[in-house]
Amino acid sequence: MREVVIDPITRLEGHGKIVIKLDENGNVQKAILQVPELRGFEKFLVGRTAEDAPQITSRICGVCPWAHHMAATKALDDLFKVEPPLAAKMIREFAYNVFMLEDHALHFFVLGGPDFIVGPTAAKEERNLVGIIKKLGADVVKNVIITRKKLRYLEQLIGGKITHPVLGLPGGVAKPLSDEDWKICFDTSKEGIEFAKFAYKALKDIVLSNDQYVELIKSDAYTHKTYYMGLVDDNNNVNFYDGKIRVVDPEGREFAKFDVRNYLDHIAEHVEPWTYVRFTYLKGVGWKGFVDGKESGIYSVAPLARLNASNGMATPMANELYKEFYQVMGGKPIHSTLAFHWARVIEMVYAAERMMELIENPEIRSKDVRNLPKERPDVGIGVVEAPRGTLIHHYETDERGIIKRANLIVATQNNSARMVLSVDKAARSLIKNGKIDDGILNMVEMAFRAYDPCHACATHSLPGSMPLIVRIYDSDDNLIKEIRRD
Amino acid sequence: MPKAKVAFYWCASCGGCEEAQVDLADKLFDLVEAADIVLWPVAMDFKREDVERMPDGSIDVAIINGGIRMSEHEEMVKLLRRKSKLVVAYGSCAHMGGIPALANAYTKESIFKYAYEEAPTVNNPEGRRPEVRASFDGVELELPAFLDYLKPLDEVVEVDYYIPGCPPTPEITWEAISSILSGKLPPKGHVFGSDRALCYECPLNETKPEKISLDTIKRPHQIVLDPNKCYLTQGVLCMGPVTRGGCKALCIKGNMPCTGCFGPVDGVSYQGAKALSFFSSIINIDDENTFRKLVEELGVDPLGWFAKYCLGKGTIYRKKEER
Amino acid sequence: MGDENFEPKIVVIACHWCTYQAINLAGTSRFKYPPNVRVIRVMCSGRSDPQFVIEAFRNGADGVLVAGCHPGDCHYVNGNMKTMRRTVLLEKMLEQMGIERGRFRREWISAAEAKKWVDVVTEMVEQIRKLGPLVMRSGGGDG
Repeated sequence: MREVVIDPITRLEGHGKIVIKLDENGNVQKAILQVPELRGFEKFLVGRTAEDAPQITSRICGVCPWAHHMAATKALDDLFKVEPPLAAKMIREFAYNVFMLEDHALHFFVLGGPDFIVGPTAAKEERNLVGIIKKLGADVVKNVIITRKKLRYLEQLIGGKITHPVLGLPGGVAKPLSDEDWKICFDTSKEGIEFAKFAYKALKDIVLSNDQYVELIKSDAYTHKTYYMGLVDDNNNVNFYDGKIRVVDPEGREFAKFDVRNYLDHIAEHVEPWTYVRFTYLKGVGWKGFVDGKESGIYSVAPLARLNASNGMATPMANELYKEFYQVMGGKPIHSTLAFHWARVIEMVYAAERMMELIENPEIRSKDVRNLPKERPDVGIGVVEAPRGTLIHHYETDERGIIKRANLIVATQNNSARMVLSVDKAARSLIKNGKIDDGILNMVEMAFRAYDPCHACATHSLPGSMPLIVRIYDSDDNLIKEIRRD
Repeated sequence: MPKAKVAFYWCASCGGCEEAQVDLADKLFDLVEAADIVLWPVAMDFKREDVERMPDGSIDVAIINGGIRMSEHEEMVKLLRRKSKLVVAYGSCAHMGGIPALANAYTKESIFKYAYEEAPTVNNPEGRRPEVRASFDGVELELPAFLDYLKPLDEVVEVDYYIPGCPPTPEITWEAISSILSGKLPPKGHVFGSDRALCYECPLNETKPEKISLDTIKRPHQIVLDPNKCYLTQGVLCMGPVTRGGCKALCIKGNMPCTGCFGPVDGVSYQGAKALSFFSSIINIDDENTFRKLVEELGVDPLGWFAKYCLGKGTIYRKKEER
Repeated sequence: MGDENFEPKIVVIACHWCTYQAINLAGTSRFKYPPNVRVIRVMCSGRSDPQFVIEAFRNGADGVLVAGCHPGDCHYVNGNMKTMRRTVLLEKMLEQMGIERGRFRREWISAAEAKKWVDVVTEMVEQIRKLGPLVMRSGGGDG
């Protein structure tokens, strides 16, 4: 057998890779997004002691370690059939909302936001933190950086470490909130509310007051009618930490609402040979290929999907913004991929309000934060809403709690099929008759940056874009253009 | 005096190392002041050809994180080695393989089979697998190959210095970068951080008796740890005695034992073996059957407990032709 | 794995006070034992750091034997008790890494047990001959 030598130029590490194939007329035959990495976490969890899972799985992603840590911890509660004391749940949910707020802030101000704040057609070197400084002023950016640092410090107080925390145990958390830590959390939560309001104001002033932007958000190139999934509480309001999984169809009607323990009845995964990622789809609809609509099982998760899959927000200010969102965009559900950014800021407001609710409650200061497991473990399934969508951890163990089988449905996976659609559609809409310019790149990239994807769960970058390579081939498979950007 | 040229690169990383670098915060500006960053895929336009065009040895220091998992990682670090005067392994994965190196206890086949065929949600009756070459709707596509093992950086190229931790702390990161940039070079092979075990900086060290003697072992979820007493004396494995200090005992302050992410102290090749050794020494069960029974009933997982971050260094692999 | 001419290489880490004397006794008694062993003398089996075992496997050993005094006979009171606990855990760890059972052994062989020494190494060589050379093609076993 001839050895396959792969031309190294074709590859970028750990990130999305887009291949665009043109037909004879120079129109897009196909645009494809690939994920070039696998690490095999599900397999090497086997043989591990279950209580190690929250620390092992957080290494799936150093950007959203809290999401994996928390999903794993909740799977452990379920596995050992142990209910944590109220204070432990509150500490978990508080810390989790801190994480959601700081992570969303990073995305809005640094990663995806610059497309709007600076402008989608601004020069490349402006569409990042530098441009944001110019647009909003250095003081504002400083405030963002300092507030985010303060929020991350809370994560350290509660979790020991910011990246790869250690607090999660079946039946509770490793330590209670000390009085001085509580004070710091309380003060920072007050700042968090102001911070979230400020983010919303920036969104309103810059994006929503600009008709061109709103048009862009609503444009067909960025629209896909899919199902939407998210966690909801008893009133069908968005909740990041706990609840039932609710799915609505492209018309916004409830399609399913289930406890995560029954996720296998609802979610399945499809494999393609040209990418390492697995594509999730709704079992009840089936895999119909890469198409959207009611007949296709492709669904979407993350901020926009969470809002679409719920009836509102559980906190007052966020709920007002929620109503306004659907009013301006014209009804539910919203299918515009770019509306993810808007939804993200509404979620920031909710996270800040929720932090305040929790930290103000005297119960959170109770020192009773552990219930020791007494039951025999067998199967444990846990779910949280990661910043990038529904995240499910599923472990099966022997009677000693040694993992025999693990299954992880990672947030970005749930969006992976829709992302493939988005990239294809954006490319088709933008490339006509062989006319290609570098502007296409940002427009194509916007289509998938809105999802804030986390391939290899690690594609975040500092100045606000993910490394991406776009290669364009003519109908005879000659490479006619390659565009790269940071 | 021209500015030093610094390259950052990531292999099979989770992004936590990048977060640690971004957490340098204001020091990041000092770095940009002191050096030209010539490569940083998370943060700047990256072209492999640009690196290839540079004269050999023209990059002053390449700081690489993540283990070597895919074929392209291997190609890229070999290229960077050629182009750089110094290569620094950053974080547990580059240093020792890290948590993803636990995959080395499984065959490549079993990893693929599980991920694409056996996982409970997978519906793949045709048994499709990701292929190095595949086509989609008539478009030929390529993927990097998944290597047989995940290797730490120094099993693939020569490494000059190591910055340990999962992730490293911003303090250690800055200490290492600034000492390298200022030309105050430590001896080759130096690992930044403390040169002593974590216990020396642990707030609970004063409660540790001269000799620890345990009648039994407990798993962390089976006990409510007393936050003011050495965790080892409470019967829970803490990797402190066999782990390099320098992290300021963050996990300990989070009321959980150390899991060993900073790697071993100088002179130890296989942290996992060393940890197993020390832990066996402080248990006072002399009857073999009793001990075996305890290990079995408790479900001790030697790899996961003792070699969580370092299996990349201790993996036993031999090619046939080497025999 | 059936290599016709395969001769296993076995590293033996032996305690000076008992097993090493047993090996000497086997020699002076003109007992035959397979030439596949390379013996390393340590003052106590408790000195046989698990790192040595990993190092031996990484450097070409097909099998490793750690041998020391019987429980209660340790020249250093309880060095061999540490060996007992370490080898129990190490055996488990090696298995997790995909090293087949039988490639690593721990035996108590007193200074008088030349015969036991001969039996143990003969059996071990045969067992490993059946297993074939230690070649890790890709990853370990199934954890």
